[in-house]
Amino acid sequence: MPDALPTTGATRALRTAPRPGQEHVAQPLTEDLGAVDAVRTQDAPAGFWREAWRGMRRRPLFWVSGALIVLVLLVAAFPGLFTSIDPRTCALSDALDPARAGHVFGFDRQGCDIFSRTMHGARASLTVGVLTTLLVTVVGTVAGALAGYLGGWADTLLARVTDIFFAIPLVLAAIVIMSLASTRTALTVALVLASFGWPPIARIARGTVMSVKNDEFVTAARSLGMGRAGILVRHVLPNSAAPIIVYATVALGTFIVAEATLSFLGIGLPPSVVSWGGDISQAQGAIRTDPEILLYPAGALALTVLGFIMMGDVVRDALDPKARTR
Amino acid sequence: MSAPTPRTPPDPDVPLLEVRGLEVTFSTGGGPVQAVRGADLTVYPGQSVAIVGESGSGKSTTAHAVVDLLPGTGKVTGGSIRFAGREVVGLGRREVEALRGDQIGLVPQDPMSNLNPVWRIGSQVEEALRANGFRGSRAQRRARVAELLAEAGLPEAAQRATMYPHEFSGGMRQRALIAIALAARPRLLIADEPTSALDVTVQRQILDHLDVLTDELGTAVLFITHDLGLAAERAEHLVVMYRGQVVESGPARAILADPQHPYTRRLVTSAPSLSSRRIQVAHARGEEPVDDLLARHADEPAAPRDEVVVASHLTKVFRTRGRGARATGFTAVDDVSFTLTRGRTLALVGESGSGKSTAANMVLGLLEPTAGTVLFDGQDVGGLSRREQLAFRRRIQPVFQNPYGSLDPQYSVYRSLEEPLRLHRVGDRAAREARVRDLLDMVALPQDVMRRFPAELSGGQRQRVAVARALALEPEVVVLDEAVSALDVLVQAQVLDLLAGLQRELGLAYLFITHDLAVVRQIADSVVVMREGKVVEHAPTDDVFDAPRERYTRDLLAAIPGAGLVLPAGS
Repeated sequence: MPDALPTTGATRALRTAPRPGQEHVAQPLTEDLGAVDAVRTQDAPAGFWREAWRGMRRRPLFWVSGALIVLVLLVAAFPGLFTSIDPRTCALSDALDPARAGHVFGFDRQGCDIFSRTMHGARASLTVGVLTTLLVTVVGTVAGALAGYLGGWADTLLARVTDIFFAIPLVLAAIVIMSLASTRTALTVALVLASFGWPPIARIARGTVMSVKNDEFVTAARSLGMGRAGILVRHVLPNSAAPIIVYATVALGTFIVAEATLSFLGIGLPPSVVSWGGDISQAQGAIRTDPEILLYPAGALALTVLGFIMMGDVVRDALDPKARTR
Repeated sequence: MSAPTPRTPPDPDVPLLEVRGLEVTFSTGGGPVQAVRGADLTVYPGQSVAIVGESGSGKSTTAHAVVDLLPGTGKVTGGSIRFAGREVVGLGRREVEALRGDQIGLVPQDPMSNLNPVWRIGSQVEEALRANGFRGSRAQRRARVAELLAEAGLPEAAQRATMYPHEFSGGMRQRALIAIALAARPRLLIADEPTSALDVTVQRQILDHLDVLTDELGTAVLFITHDLGLAAERAEHLVVMYRGQVVESGPARAILADPQHPYTRRLVTSAPSLSSRRIQVAHARGEEPVDDLLARHADEPAAPRDEVVVASHLTKVFRTRGRGARATGFTAVDDVSFTLTRGRTLALVGESGSGKSTAANMVLGLLEPTAGTVLFDGQDVGGLSRREQLAFRRRIQPVFQNPYGSLDPQYSVYRSLEEPLRLHRVGDRAAREARVRDLLDMVALPQDVMRRFPAELSGGQRQRVAVARALALEPEVVVLDEAVSALDVLVQAQVLDLLAGLQRELGLAYLFITHDLAVVRQIADSVVVMREGKVVEHAPTDDVFDAPRERYTRDLLAAIPGAGLVLPAGS
């Protein structure tokens, strides 16, 4: 011990003169002290979504996946821009012919132009994917948000129903239902996929709503006299949107795969509709002799799904505050 | 007793730690940012030194640079750090690791997140022992762990060592962390706001204990704190940091008596612990206190003051989990009565779990009392119709504790402030905008804050926006639930000043909920001290401070940092 004084906090201060290096010195005022807690006004205002956009813009992956998605959307909306050949007019004389001028991907077993079929197949996949995602997001968000927000018996009931649906494998259930269906259009496929695809979104929505509803700004809104529904719509849902959007972006890719699976099995879209899944199914017979017939629709499918999944990744990084590093 | 590692007694006149011209730079997306600019610091063996400053002043960064634990992209870019005569900057990873624990211990700020939840307390202490070369049998290690925990002030240490962190209270966890930091008998202990997450009385006990312990062991202590009162009480040498620079340093007494730098002067005048102490001193001398934000009430005419909120026999029982006979009630608030006078401030004081916030929520009508009533201006809050309830909401508004949670992060400041007006259909668009501008003026925020989002504002600024939102509907009562507790002292003083001014101008009544008696002294007219849901003491503020009747109140008062400081006259 340096000295023998009874040194408790109060008496310590009364000890000795300052030692070398510990004299009382004050720096001269080198810069303006400024007001206490002054507002920095030079930066541009930045809201949550604006910040997220800024974060995304900096990522090359965002531009790559964005370009891919835009291209696929364009193909789906206007296949005529890319090919003038009718995918359904086929001549058996062309069957399995290799690529030639005007037919860059060659012909399949029916003598149809593969390039044209690949372009026209985008629409079916995209329609089912987007439609299913929209339905799933709406149903899942409503169910999950109500369960999380209301709590009590409503939560118990909705959560159990969600669990039951969760236990049913998506594709298996869709196979059973679709094989019973009398009409098979993009809408029915989307409806069937959506009715078994919503539980994950419901779970995510329930979780975030439950944490957001306990935030102090929600209590503040209650003390302003805002009703329960108003608080849910104006404060809780906007603050729960980020994880739902992230999941939906990734899920879009998986729904496109599910549609292709169903069409491949012959119980998705009818053969009259050009779709990647149907074409993959058609091509499998010739897989040993002419694998490239399979390659084109499968490649298009893979690129599309990859585009959406990469976009989901970028969106998650931008919207998830925990993943965000600055 | 197992013998601590024998060391040659350090020469008390050779500095243990010498920091000279330290520069720390963080590389961020927007280019390099200098967090510490040319900081100097000297610590002698066995001495206690405190670095004081607001958040962002570089105080923690300086201390972490010493043990090479800079977070993220931080790097020492200049200057020297000499520990026991040896340069630390530029040492290899292994050499720095040898220094940590063995030579320099660290007590972190947040006891909740700094213990591994899946390990027993004992094994975490043991880990610290082993990492620093303690050899011995299993039994010896166990005995040493129990000894260390007991030394840190944990009773029944051997048994406590087998418990998990979640079974410990915040105070107990902090004691365990102190035991870990002191396990290898370091020569320097860095304590980074070691008790700011704890209740005041626990805070005092732990700091007292740490004081005695480090004195016995001859350990030097480097405190990091934002409270000048706490620093002056606990350390003999102070280093005041502001924007990465050391603006003033010297003996604690000299700095308190004669602050030179304008920033230090600001700290000395603003720290609530010091202000509260000055009021105390002024009272004892029979002078008019200058720091009393309420003293200005004195010159106003004695207008008749009616009771705007009357809470009588409030009780709240929360049902805990369990069914049927096993379902037990937890009484959070037990027969609490108080009255709030128009234009005055009533403080509800207590530690966490004392039921003060529950009581406030019942006054706000957000929580239904199990028994008892709240009368607002003569009307029972419990029995209001929907329409009456909306009218009632306009007259009483809350401001909450957490500056990061009280504003919707997706609402611009304008939208946050306009929301109450829109909800209660006040005025048209233009009138509402004018009102928002008025409100920003009231809380001394510039107009262009309107377009900003909460994430861009500091904690104090958000809290000012929250105050403005509470005032939007011209309420008569504002419930301030720990509204300044999370803020730095200077910002805290600024918001308190603002609140006092608004009270004078608008005749507001405040229900001020806090655990911090130092703040109460400055702002409250009367005090209700709560403990475990019950009212312990209810009296005018001066009576509570000058002549506390209950032992618990005296404990709380003694826990205010700086209570034992000898303040020079006339400061």
